[in-house]
Amino acid sequence: MIALEPWLRARRDEGRKLLVPYLMGGMSDDWVESLQAVVAAGADAVEVGIPFSDPLMDGPVIQRAGAHALDRGATPARVIDDVASAELAVPVAAMTYYNIVFRMGHRRMARSLRAAGIGAAIVPDLPLEELDPWAAEADAAEVATVLLVAPSTPQPRVARICARSRGFVYAVARMGVTGERESLGSESADVVERIRQVTDAPVCVGVGVSTPAQARAACAAADGVVVGSALVRRLLEGGGPDAAAELVGELRAALDES
Amino acid sequence: MTDSVPVPGSVSVADSVSASASDPGDVPGSGVPVMGPPGPDGRFGDFGGRFVPESLVPACMELEEAFAAAWADPSYREELGAVLRDYGGRPTPVTECRRLSEELGVRVLLKREDLVHAGSHKLNNVVGQALLTRRMGKRRLVAETGAGQHGVAAATAAALFGLECTVYMGELDTERQELNVFRMELLGAEVRPVRAGSRTLKDAVNEALRDWVATVDHTHYCIGSVMGPHPFPYMVRELQRVVGDEAREQCRALLGGDDPDVVVACVGGGSNAAGTFAGFAPTRARLVGVEAAGGAAASDGIPGVLHGMRSLILQDEAGQILEAESVSAGLDYPGIGPEHAHLAASGRARYEKATDAEALDAFGLLARTEGILPALEPAHALAWVVREAGRAVPTGATVLVTLSGRGDKDVAQVRELLAAGRDTGRDDR
Repeated sequence: MIALEPWLRARRDEGRKLLVPYLMGGMSDDWVESLQAVVAAGADAVEVGIPFSDPLMDGPVIQRAGAHALDRGATPARVIDDVASAELAVPVAAMTYYNIVFRMGHRRMARSLRAAGIGAAIVPDLPLEELDPWAAEADAAEVATVLLVAPSTPQPRVARICARSRGFVYAVARMGVTGERESLGSESADVVERIRQVTDAPVCVGVGVSTPAQARAACAAADGVVVGSALVRRLLEGGGPDAAAELVGELRAALDES
Repeated sequence: MTDSVPVPGSVSVADSVSASASDPGDVPGSGVPVMGPPGPDGRFGDFGGRFVPESLVPACMELEEAFAAAWADPSYREELGAVLRDYGGRPTPVTECRRLSEELGVRVLLKREDLVHAGSHKLNNVVGQALLTRRMGKRRLVAETGAGQHGVAAATAAALFGLECTVYMGELDTERQELNVFRMELLGAEVRPVRAGSRTLKDAVNEALRDWVATVDHTHYCIGSVMGPHPFPYMVRELQRVVGDEAREQCRALLGGDDPDVVVACVGGGSNAAGTFAGFAPTRARLVGVEAAGGAAASDGIPGVLHGMRSLILQDEAGQILEAESVSAGLDYPGIGPEHAHLAASGRARYEKATDAEALDAFGLLARTEGILPALEPAHALAWVVREAGRAVPTGATVLVTLSGRGDKDVAQVRELLAAGRDTGRDDR
């Protein structure tokens, strides 16, 4: 297993901007090939969604991908097994909702992720106040729990979140759910700036970052970006591993120019 | 059970609100007040909490503070009381059902929330939340609705207080409750059909929360039941406790100072039941919540987290939420308010089921014997009484049923079901 934070720090410190593509686990027969393709195309880490029936933080594209994955019989255990079989050369973060973690059990989920080489977890509906039971098991299994900072988060709370976040700090670019937007929005740089005031951990911006230009703009302040809906949409539209690699390649090129 | 709980004297609304650990409503020996405020982390026992994305945490905290300040502010309470009286028609009566009682062999009393303006108990909640919205300086309400009762109530309150209003409603429910969609639009609200998932109440809640994440600076999420993240379950119960507080005093006047033996209310999310139970928790009355057999989270659910709360949830072994199925759109919810999960765990309340067919029968029975068309939701509560009269409700016992809404909205659907001669009974599961 590759630990997320040292890996991202090392790349950042070399002057590289971090690219973290998101894919929905189990959304198609060849989703593991897509995962491998985005790594080959220049991802620094990948985020894999474990589908949940009621994804509160997600917009229509990722909702549809999740529903599709569930219709195809995806389960948390199967997605985790698939990731293990992919033998990726970069760190992996699992992204899911708390009921999936709660149902499997904190310890069992943490150990399953670890055993599959998944070194990080993002659980967006598990805020600081509710975090401890999961975080204790995640820490014990050396699974990094990435926490989110939102535009609405007051500064004293930003400090507390960053002190507890592992792997990187996820800067939510805008108030709203995941999905492609025309523009990055003005709140993104402000959130990153407020995170910088309290931590030197890597900061990646997500939620509404979809084009190479937006990725580059976000990285003017941040260390990296998470790109989900734009990639998942291509896959939903029938583009396979090649289409996924193409978008990630474009994003990589844009970040390397900056 | 709590039959030995001492019966307190007349308790005013204000007294009940400030219930403390020494309140007579304590479960004997537990030291925990029954239906007092939740713990500091928004917990009712093991249930409740605040499982929301970080973007919404500050808004929940703001709401918690705003509600606490308003609820302690006599001017807020006075204004709320005046609107519910002069506009809403409160207090609603308790009606003695003479012919139905004779037929069942138990004494049936109805708390008549069907007589509240806009047709259901939902108005109590939305007026409180609309006043709070104004206090917080916000200008828009977003709401979810199942049967349409809460959506109509939210649209009503929005019109009354000059707020914008967007109501999310599962597409399936917009078809089942077409007339309520039109009602909301007449009242100036925008109704957005939700096509995701099971296209019912749970999906409408998801969509309302997603809207709220993006609009929280000027929008209040006017949630319709005792569910969601803290402080919603507590706030909505407090806003609905007027039902139970009134009913308790009215029952005592009718029963020579005594309380009913059994107090029954239907439970989807559980707001009319929570409001009713809050009034009777400190009494000797048995509390019974009745769920739709196709969506009985208290009976068939297991602990989980949905819509910001830890509660009893219908779900599969991986934690995917199951779709509730009921003839009543208002009970089509795979969860239950967290305080109900706690009341079930502590034994202070019991949760039972009624099938679609039983509810339809009870709907007809009340119409024929008392000249009252109940909404299909409280028809489930009545159906349990009908089934259990002479059994769980001993012959001669006195039962209070909260008639949470009127049945006008359901008449077309009931006609179709009866005309189709459809067997709507489902296996209890």
